[in-house]
Amino acid sequence: MTGPSPSSPSSPSPAGTAREIARSVRSGERSAVDVLDGYVAAIEARETEIHAFNELTLDQARTVAADIDRRVAVGEDPGPLAGVPIALKDNLCTRGVVTTCSSKILEGWIPPYDATVVQRLVAAGSVAVGKTNLDEFAMGSSTENSAFGPTRNPHDTSRVPGGSSGGSAAAVAAGFAPVSLGSDTGGSIRQPAALCGVVGVKPTYGLVSRYGLIAFASSLDQIGPFATTVADAAVVLEAIAGHDPADATSIPQDAPSIVEHLDDGIAGLRVGVITELMGEGIHPDVAARVREAAEALAAAGAVVEEVSVPAVAYGLSAYYLIAPAEASSNLARFDGVRYGLRVDAATTNEMMVATRTAGFGAEVKRRIMLGTYALSAGYYDAFYGQAQKVRTLIARDFATAYERFDVLLSPTSPTTAFELGAIHDPLTMYLNDICTIPTNLAGDPAMSVPFGTGSDGLPIGVQVLAPTLGEVPMFRAAAVLEAAAPTEEVDR
Amino acid sequence: MTDTDPTGSADRSVPTDSLGNPITVPDSDDILVVSAADGSRWELVCGLEVHAELATRTKMFSGAPNRFGDEPNTNIDPVTLGLPGTLPVVNERAVELAATFGCAVGATVQRSVFSRKNYFYPDMPKDFQISQYDQPIVIDGTLELPSGHVVGIERAHLEEDTGKSTHVGGDGRIHGADHSLVDYNRAGVPLLEIVSRPHVRSAEQARAYVSELRSILVACGISDGKMEEGSMRVDANVSVRPEGSDEIRTRCEIKNVNSLRSLGRAIEYEATRQADLHASGDRVVQETRHWNEADGRTSTMRSKEEADDYRYFPEPDLVPIDLGAERVAAIAATLPLLPAARRARLAEVTGEARTAESVVVVVERGQDDQALAALAWTTHLASESEGGPHAGEPDVAGRFMAEVVEPLAIAVAPAPKPNAPSPDSSAPAESSADPSAASAASVARWVLTDEGLAAAREASDAAKARVLVHVTQNLGAEGGADLSPLRLAELVAMEVAGELTATQAKQVLAELVDDPAATAGSVATAKGFEAMDTGALEAQVDAIIAANPSEWEQFRTGDPKVRGKLTGFFVGQVMKATKGQADGKQVTALLQSKAT
Amino acid sequence: MSVRITRDDVAHVATLARLSLADDELDTFTAQLAAVLEHAEDVAALDLADVPPTSHPVPLVNVLRPDVPGPTLSPEDALAAAPQAEDGRFRVPTILGEAP
Repeated sequence: MTGPSPSSPSSPSPAGTAREIARSVRSGERSAVDVLDGYVAAIEARETEIHAFNELTLDQARTVAADIDRRVAVGEDPGPLAGVPIALKDNLCTRGVVTTCSSKILEGWIPPYDATVVQRLVAAGSVAVGKTNLDEFAMGSSTENSAFGPTRNPHDTSRVPGGSSGGSAAAVAAGFAPVSLGSDTGGSIRQPAALCGVVGVKPTYGLVSRYGLIAFASSLDQIGPFATTVADAAVVLEAIAGHDPADATSIPQDAPSIVEHLDDGIAGLRVGVITELMGEGIHPDVAARVREAAEALAAAGAVVEEVSVPAVAYGLSAYYLIAPAEASSNLARFDGVRYGLRVDAATTNEMMVATRTAGFGAEVKRRIMLGTYALSAGYYDAFYGQAQKVRTLIARDFATAYERFDVLLSPTSPTTAFELGAIHDPLTMYLNDICTIPTNLAGDPAMSVPFGTGSDGLPIGVQVLAPTLGEVPMFRAAAVLEAAAPTEEVDR
Repeated sequence: MTDTDPTGSADRSVPTDSLGNPITVPDSDDILVVSAADGSRWELVCGLEVHAELATRTKMFSGAPNRFGDEPNTNIDPVTLGLPGTLPVVNERAVELAATFGCAVGATVQRSVFSRKNYFYPDMPKDFQISQYDQPIVIDGTLELPSGHVVGIERAHLEEDTGKSTHVGGDGRIHGADHSLVDYNRAGVPLLEIVSRPHVRSAEQARAYVSELRSILVACGISDGKMEEGSMRVDANVSVRPEGSDEIRTRCEIKNVNSLRSLGRAIEYEATRQADLHASGDRVVQETRHWNEADGRTSTMRSKEEADDYRYFPEPDLVPIDLGAERVAAIAATLPLLPAARRARLAEVTGEARTAESVVVVVERGQDDQALAALAWTTHLASESEGGPHAGEPDVAGRFMAEVVEPLAIAVAPAPKPNAPSPDSSAPAESSADPSAASAASVARWVLTDEGLAAAREASDAAKARVLVHVTQNLGAEGGADLSPLRLAELVAMEVAGELTATQAKQVLAELVDDPAATAGSVATAKGFEAMDTGALEAQVDAIIAANPSEWEQFRTGDPKVRGKLTGFFVGQVMKATKGQADGKQVTALLQSKAT
Repeated sequence: MSVRITRDDVAHVATLARLSLADDELDTFTAQLAAVLEHAEDVAALDLADVPPTSHPVPLVNVLRPDVPGPTLSPEDALAAAPQAEDGRFRVPTILGEAP
């Protein structure tokens, strides 16, 4: 099916929300294997059409699920995500399971270790069903840059799911798993969440360990959850967050307790709508939904005003200097010596050039080149150095806003999902991230919550932004938006 | 980031170092001056970059073992291999050792930041090296050579080592090889790169600098300093200028200098090469040059102009290191006595010059504490024996007994040396309550007390001379360090008392090193060494004189020079006749008395 | 700072990044990089002399690891993904030139 199917967007989760699944599996009401079977059926029905996954691990999943059932049977508690199927973005290292970043250069690579988040998900009792498609090395906003073909939006398979975590967003939207993990460097969780009509969270930088996340831009990358509900996103975030000694940038504190505050309401919560992200470049349908969302929050007792965060205007420029610079260095290691693709040549240097030239796609090459240039002799101060200072400006402007507001509100994406192949020009594609990038630069948390549809019938996401480690008020506001979201869009 | 370049940039109007400070070159009474082919004279300006592998248990950024000589690719973990997704975490011990070095050279230990140095090379797993660039942990120190010449330390920074390639085919060298094999065991080993200012003015100073640096690194437990295993590697930045001028001319970096000897040769070769270029009006190109030991020449590795643009930027996976004044002070407080101070102490106690070879060598080998403890103990033995030089004197030796040796008997299970490099102690176990069985290290700690040093100072001149000779010439570096100073002292005491000749003592010493249970007395008895009584010795001397009348006549009437020559002859004859049991000094004394 | 990236710059950068670009790719990349850099000129033009750079929202310092050995990979695991291995080591073609 390639035509639009706006009337049947995400399949209803075969087995309810992740919280319901975990509760029923822990109590022995349902078996984890049964839960898994429901999702396997959904995957078998639509995966060929959607292409959310690079690799399915259903056999291992069945083994894990059976083990969870065995543990429940003997009175053990497998954890807060007991029996919950989860899809993992294919840039998270999984021991024994192929991890490719959707790149030819890593095709077939099997990591000998698990990412910290993967270890924590296992410890929480979840059941990994597969590795999801992404823009190669997470560079993109449509998942069209995958070496293994694009992922399609479950709401309309002629459209992109957004990116770079398009596979993880689509997997949840299509009912292939109740929750998934993505990574967000400039909006790579929130933008596809918005385009696929699901919840997506980019936590505070340093809240979730990056150990085992194949780096794109180290100072911006952060792992976060996708879910069909705000509460499910909170449960997964609690499971993966918290200090990790293997990540030196990990904030030395425990995971926040979010779920217990979800229903606290928002009476008196001060909400600022970011002026700079409501004007030029934002589709009127999207801006309208954001205003409705603001009204919904006000109706629930929040104090809503407009606020200017001037430096966000510099976000895109700073981002497209910093992220490629770090990427150019992070991706140097793919040289054909130790793992991954090798294209033979007479000398090691020629082999490296041949391997990298054949192994990386155009967008990855473009960013490596851009980043190499931004760091090269004579340009460091003007580009990378200057951009790191702009981060300070952006962080300061946000901090000033947060003196008056507890959370901020903006669109997640300027538009709804666009057609596959519609955007050719890199700079135009980059403009998709204009609303999401500033929070990555500031290091602050933000999440996208589905809030109705556009006139095209496609999902629209509203972005809730919060100060550093402000996940709790952010989720409280998100929970209110979820409850107030226009219902014509969602059929769950 | 400031516009700096630790690798050096050419063509600056005001030459500055990597941290932007103006370059100064000190004068010295030891400056290498080379003559170019046209006879013009050029003087050396040289700075040294020393890479020292730190004596940690694990790597700079991961828990993989830091161990030399293991099977290939066994000391690696995902971080070492730079696997996708892995992250570095800084080794705390490496930071402490770098700070220790800073304190040892009187430098500033400052807030530091790691950067990435980007270049592709197969032995570097991430194709970038994590290093410190414009904010190194240590800046601005000094190092005084035994000669008194002071070399400034511009900076010392932490970084990670690379793996090692083996070249297969060809003749095993990189050029002409068929292919190469990479072992990443060394990748990620913590390195301290110590950059001197261009204050080295001669090949001898270069050797002395590296040697002194090595002594400090070893004394402080910072590095094992083994040049032969590559745990200490030296690059020399060499330039020359017209003799007597104050110019700073283009320099070349000389790599692959694997021993102190090659360091001196490489500098002398390179200085001459550059002098010839300058003299003939050619340009010295700033470049890295490779020292070829076999040819005794340097050759171009790559020119600076073609050099990679390293694209340094702050390592986003790491946060700054800032130990703070308090912690740095605490580290400074744990510094052991450093080689310069130890030379001063040994010289003061023994009456030798600080620059005397025996003093420099003994301290360089780290056996000065052993020597001082041996001296202190000889004082005690002398006071015990009848007619000893200090019998009945104010009781320094008794205090040494009471305050040093007796407490030792109950404190014989000492803490490991504070800066012992690794936990697998190679020091012998010290479980016996017999003080004579205590190791050099444990006695040494006690002898550092004022009382211990006073006792050592009280030793007879003869004992001082003999101890220095033994430690410098007869003990050697290997094995000798484990000999208890108390056992050495017993040997020296016998010598001084005339019970053993120097030759016999040397043989006994060898036995003492080989057999930890042996004592000087037991070995001497077993070997049948007995002191010749004076009467018997005199008879032997008379017999030799009688057998060599013409030599004796020359000896008796000759000037001191002739007499000196013939002393050797007569002593040799007596030694031959007594099978080495005679004491050379005693024979000389007898000859002198019979000649007058 | 008004920097117009040239085709030669792009070729030089490709060499640094170990990428080989065909002539038409060079042209395309030059135009595309120029567009992004032009967009970035708003940032390059800001006077930020007194603004410190930011890299982490929570300023951390002294994140250190005790010097305690951890698990290692077996040589088999280490070499499992190697495109070519020999003698327990990673095999590569001839290396031209010493490490910098």
